[in-house]
Amino acid sequence: MSENLITPENLVYQKTEAMTDRILHYCPGCGHGTAHRILAEVIEEMGIQEQTIGVAPVGCSVLAYYYFNVDMQEAAHGRAPAVATGIKRVFPDKYVFTYQGDGDLAAIGTAETIHAINRGENILIVFINNGIYGMTGGQMAPTTLQGMKSSTSPFGRDTKTMGSPLKITELIAQLPGAYFVTRQAVHKPANVRKAKKAIKKAMEYQKLNKGTCFVEIVSNCPSNWKMTPVQSNKWMEENMFPFYPLGDIKVPEDK
Amino acid sequence: MKELRLMKGNEALAEAAIRAGADAYFGYPITPQSEVIEYLMANKPEDRTGMVVLQAESEIAAINMVYGAAGCGKKAMTSSSSPGMSLKQEGISYIAGAELPCLLVNVVRGGPGLGTIQPSQSDYFQSVKGGGHGDYKLIVLAPATVQESVDYVKLGFELAFKYRNPVMIQSDGIIGQMMEKVELFEQMPRVEPDYDWATLGKKKDQPSTFITSLQLQAEEQEKVNLRLQAKYREIEKNEVLFEEINCDDAEYLFTAFGSCARITRKAMEMARAKGIKVGLLRPQTLYPFPTEAFSKIADKVKGILCVEMNAGQMIEDVRLSVNGKTRVEHFGRFGGMIPNPDEILNALEQKIIGG
Amino acid sequence: MTEEIIIAGFGGQGVLSMGQILCYSGVMQEKEVSWMPSYGPEMRGGTANCTAIISDDQISSPVLNTFDTAIVLNQPSMDKFEDAVKPGGLLIYESNGMIRKPKRKDINICVINAYDESVKMNNTKVFNMIVIGGFLKIKPIIDMENVIKGLQKVLPERYHHLIPLNEDAIRKGMEIITVEHQLN
Repeated sequence: MSENLITPENLVYQKTEAMTDRILHYCPGCGHGTAHRILAEVIEEMGIQEQTIGVAPVGCSVLAYYYFNVDMQEAAHGRAPAVATGIKRVFPDKYVFTYQGDGDLAAIGTAETIHAINRGENILIVFINNGIYGMTGGQMAPTTLQGMKSSTSPFGRDTKTMGSPLKITELIAQLPGAYFVTRQAVHKPANVRKAKKAIKKAMEYQKLNKGTCFVEIVSNCPSNWKMTPVQSNKWMEENMFPFYPLGDIKVPEDK
Repeated sequence: MKELRLMKGNEALAEAAIRAGADAYFGYPITPQSEVIEYLMANKPEDRTGMVVLQAESEIAAINMVYGAAGCGKKAMTSSSSPGMSLKQEGISYIAGAELPCLLVNVVRGGPGLGTIQPSQSDYFQSVKGGGHGDYKLIVLAPATVQESVDYVKLGFELAFKYRNPVMIQSDGIIGQMMEKVELFEQMPRVEPDYDWATLGKKKDQPSTFITSLQLQAEEQEKVNLRLQAKYREIEKNEVLFEEINCDDAEYLFTAFGSCARITRKAMEMARAKGIKVGLLRPQTLYPFPTEAFSKIADKVKGILCVEMNAGQMIEDVRLSVNGKTRVEHFGRFGGMIPNPDEILNALEQKIIGG
Repeated sequence: MTEEIIIAGFGGQGVLSMGQILCYSGVMQEKEVSWMPSYGPEMRGGTANCTAIISDDQISSPVLNTFDTAIVLNQPSMDKFEDAVKPGGLLIYESNGMIRKPKRKDINICVINAYDESVKMNNTKVFNMIVIGGFLKIKPIIDMENVIKGLQKVLPERYHHLIPLNEDAIRKGMEIITVEHQLN
């Protein structure tokens, strides 16, 4: 019966060419898979798979180069924007993106993030913010919310001693080099569509050499938040979104 | 056409980078090497050859920009001085691990810490023994003249691409700041990379390329290490460079590298004038080290004085090479102090001849 | 022939460029040369010095602790480098602002009042060229024509019209330098 259904005319969805066939190592319910997919789909739809070079971070998505079916470089922790600068400066006609988590982008790599954007490097930065260090096992991140528990803030983040959650996206939006800055999510189909649109816009701007485009995706971490995927998405809506509100933060003026 | 100029070591090195067809320089100012980036900025390599020059926000960013450009198969380089070189070590380890070619320049100054801006050779261990984490080696070239600073830029890029390995030119405050006559080589063309290991954009119907130094499986990481070690054995077999002066009839031997070898040569001339038969063996590659040359000469000399602007670093490699066949002593000034020929000669007489 | 020279004075007196001009002139006369500056904070207004070596043979050490000639342009430099002149060597000092005269009896000593002369020439910038002239009078190791060629190399082209002025200054220095103490 199922065999009869698999026919060209019944095809409604297909895995994008811009992702490999490797099985993702991400935890069930994690947003990384979806974020990967929409970025890959944009690359395929724009027909730029052969002109795109990506930079993977250190963090859960350290192996992103196994999944994106484009040429990629794996950067040292926090250094992806510098590596991307090196690539883009010698290959100004290629499409270059980094894919980074909150620890990578907003803690150890803060200087590289700010200065690459301040120079207006013509790259896309995709920033996955789930308020936790995933790969190393749930430690506090720069974006961990006040009172939020992690393995290095087991009684909740005390902002008096541990600092406040860092709104890095609002911060970098101030820089003249930032051309398009937006905050999205990928936990619901409508959000996925919006996020994909934002990424596509960013890639199109890159073609026009307009400066750095920055797409934050507020996401979840069921494993380290110690929740089911459904619970984690609900918690994200109730706690993360009020502090990290979705929507465009900086849009081009000369449009 | 031969072009003779009087140039500072740092500036000559920068000019050589443009002429060697370098694609990109990323750096951060620090004394005594800032002339490298200043010269590049002033001489508009972007107009001359299309070479990219960028002042990064830190040494850390600069070395990672080198990683990115090198991963694209481009001739990329950076330069710094000791404290800045310490900052670059993480990136250098990644570059060595990912087997990317690049050129590094360390115009060494005295340490530890912020130290001094005066010349020193106290980064020998850092350069030769692997300043970052993991089992890796840099090819280390030690110029003793402004001319060698120029020649080693060309050689450095050649070796870097031949072995897909980072190459370091270990200069110091003397070589970097002094002016000498220098013969510049002619402009070489920049080369469009076409390497299967580089990220040039995925080719149609071929798997994508990725640059990484990560292997989550220990078995795989051991394979990487074995491959690196095999490469290092090849480098040791093929690329040793050294200079021997007055060694044929030598009863005693000086050894020194870089600027210190120049000062030691003066001490050798003074010793010869006094009738002391002393020669000078100057390693030009610090890695690979001229182990065999030392082993051979150890059979005939009564002792070796290793002169360094540090507390005794290269002497460890000299002793390993000599393997107890003759006595090896150290004389050094450090912290930015430069030994003078008199005290070197005195040390030879006290520590080796009289000792 | 090997001439090992230290030139020392205040930053701004043209100490470093004096060494460079001598070296470039040496290159024009097909000599081996090396020039090594003091660098760092010293460059910024304090004392500055450079070592210039001009030789028929390959130069070994670019850094020295004794010299054939010391050219000192202020008191701290005199205090620092008088003792660094090799016995039988030459000390040239500029007399303005010098509180203490040199004490050594085993070296040749010459004095030049280059500052006053530069004022007379209405251009204090040629001060260092007057000193170079004095030195070349006592030790004529480089021909005038090669000094001019050296100047052409050192000076940016937009200053080439000043070369005749510099040549005048060199000749003036040759005239006004006087011997204060001479070994037999």
